[in-house]
Amino acid sequence: MKKDVVSVLGEFTTPQTLLKAVKTARKAGYKAMETYTPFPVHGMDDAIGIKPSKLPWIVLICGAVGLASGFALQTWVSTSAYKLTISGKPFFSYQAFVPVMFELMVLFAAFGTVFGMLILNRLPRWYDALFKTKRFHTVTSHGFFLEIQAQDHLFDIEKTAEYLSEIGGTNVEVVKA
Amino acid sequence: MSEYLHPDTVIERAPLVLNGHGFEKITDMVCGPVERKAPKWWQIAFLGAASGALLLVSMLGYLIWDGIGVWGLNNRVDWGFDIVNFVFWVGIGHAGTLISAILFLFRQKWRMAINRFAEAMTIFAVICAAIFPLMHTGRQWMDFYLFPIPNQMSMWPNFRSPLLWDVFAVSTYFTVSLLFWYVGLIPDLATIRDRAVSKSKQFFYGIFALGWRGANRHWQHYEKGYLLLAAISTPLVLSVHSIVSFDFAVAQLPGWHTTIFPPYFVAGAIFSGFAMVVTLMVISREVFGMKDLMTIHHLECMNKIILATGTMVGYAYGMEFFMAWYSGSEYEAFAFINRAIGPYAWAYWSMISCNVIFPQLFWFRKIRTSIPAMFVISIFVNIGMWFERFVITVISLHRTFLPSTWAYYSPSWVEICTLIGSFGLFLTLFLLFLKFLPMIAVAEVKAIMPEADPHYGEAH
Repeated sequence: MKKDVVSVLGEFTTPQTLLKAVKTARKAGYKAMETYTPFPVHGMDDAIGIKPSKLPWIVLICGAVGLASGFALQTWVSTSAYKLTISGKPFFSYQAFVPVMFELMVLFAAFGTVFGMLILNRLPRWYDALFKTKRFHTVTSHGFFLEIQAQDHLFDIEKTAEYLSEIGGTNVEVVKA
Repeated sequence: MSEYLHPDTVIERAPLVLNGHGFEKITDMVCGPVERKAPKWWQIAFLGAASGALLLVSMLGYLIWDGIGVWGLNNRVDWGFDIVNFVFWVGIGHAGTLISAILFLFRQKWRMAINRFAEAMTIFAVICAAIFPLMHTGRQWMDFYLFPIPNQMSMWPNFRSPLLWDVFAVSTYFTVSLLFWYVGLIPDLATIRDRAVSKSKQFFYGIFALGWRGANRHWQHYEKGYLLLAAISTPLVLSVHSIVSFDFAVAQLPGWHTTIFPPYFVAGAIFSGFAMVVTLMVISREVFGMKDLMTIHHLECMNKIILATGTMVGYAYGMEFFMAWYSGSEYEAFAFINRAIGPYAWAYWSMISCNVIFPQLFWFRKIRTSIPAMFVISIFVNIGMWFERFVITVISLHRTFLPSTWAYYSPSWVEICTLIGSFGLFLTLFLLFLKFLPMIAVAEVKAIMPEADPHYGEAH
């Protein structure tokens, strides 16, 4: 097998045919697959067999850190770093700390969501072998693609390419790094 | 085999994309305005808006040079146009987050065509809002005191003040709105990158698209992230205007010191924001030929929300009066009688007619679905909601406990020009958005089309 081959890519016209093709390929024993679509297609996660996203845990941790740091910052400032006597209010007025704690929780959680999502997706990735293929630019408009990757134990350039057209893929292309 | 029936057709929902456009056609429709040369009307409108923004910059320059004295504030009314405009603009922003977050959680599919648009409006409105409190501090070069930044004097802000909560609320709101908007934009920026002909466009849109490829594993994390952002933005948007209302409600002033303020402010914010979305949408769908994507059905849904929130605001006005009487406090009672028949009665009654009376016309389906009628009413709501903030801020301040301190406030020409200028800045940013970014979330609209359903075309 040639070393620079990454995968074989086949194009489909609708999300329905793509989903069916994924299920067929899965039954045939292919495991290292990925689909590329202009919008998320429901049921695809199960068809490819990927586990649910871990993102919520990242967000939970970030939110908790935000909440705790909001509390710590205000408590430290108000009771030790800079004691301000205002209308005889106690220095440790935890009730008054709630809005800022809440806002910092939201802020940290939002950063956790966005950067967590990007890290889990290994983005940004401005260069990718797929961008060099002929048809892939339609993926963000109306193209639906199934990719069978070279690390699959059944992968063989010719046979896999043939198999992709067999299950309905058109414009089958070999993706090279 | 029986004919395929999409769930939306079974319960007879209005279609969200008219005239049966395919995926490719929708991409063309939305990306068209970004790829074509700017039309004449855009150039003229941009020139007008940019002169407004220039007016704002010069007014702010004059203010910083000369001092707060160039505004019409006096010893009694020390919050005038600055705070009125701040609350007005923050309120406008709330519609965007409501549409992008709350309607998303409620699975309101019609939101998909308008959320990008409304979120952009949120960000620009919050930028306009932030200018006013930052400027009204007087010594603007000391504005960093607002934030808990370690400094050489070891000074820290007072965390027990609602004004400080406001700093955190508004800056968090701006940051989270920007993140939410950008996350939504990533797949669409990739669409423009992939369609771009020129090298520079491929490069710039490519940078911001972060190499998005639409992989299913990416979509999985992406969708989860989007849902989480919606979930954390929902309490955020409710908190922001609640905290803005604390600026007033925590003070002891009659007319301000009421517990109804947080929900009343939030309803008013959504009310005014939706009106602004309708105003801008009516124009944009016309000039960009987006009538098949932003349908009358979309506008009707918006008008229903305007009607609902307008009625809530009307209820709040009534309840304020009732509580002023029921509290038995003579100062409270005076504050409200003074609103209705005092020297600023003209402002109070403009507010009542614009906010309470005109939106009630939306009970009639004919008016709810008529473009000219909704355009006029949405403008009325915008005006009315500006007056609401004027009524709350200025009328409450100008006559308080001690009659010897009573005064009348009228804005100076600088304040009026600053307000006009803030609209200039808002429209400048908005026009740039319409020209350079896809104004409809392409990927999201496609995902709610019947053709995107994995069971489309199958028999039940």
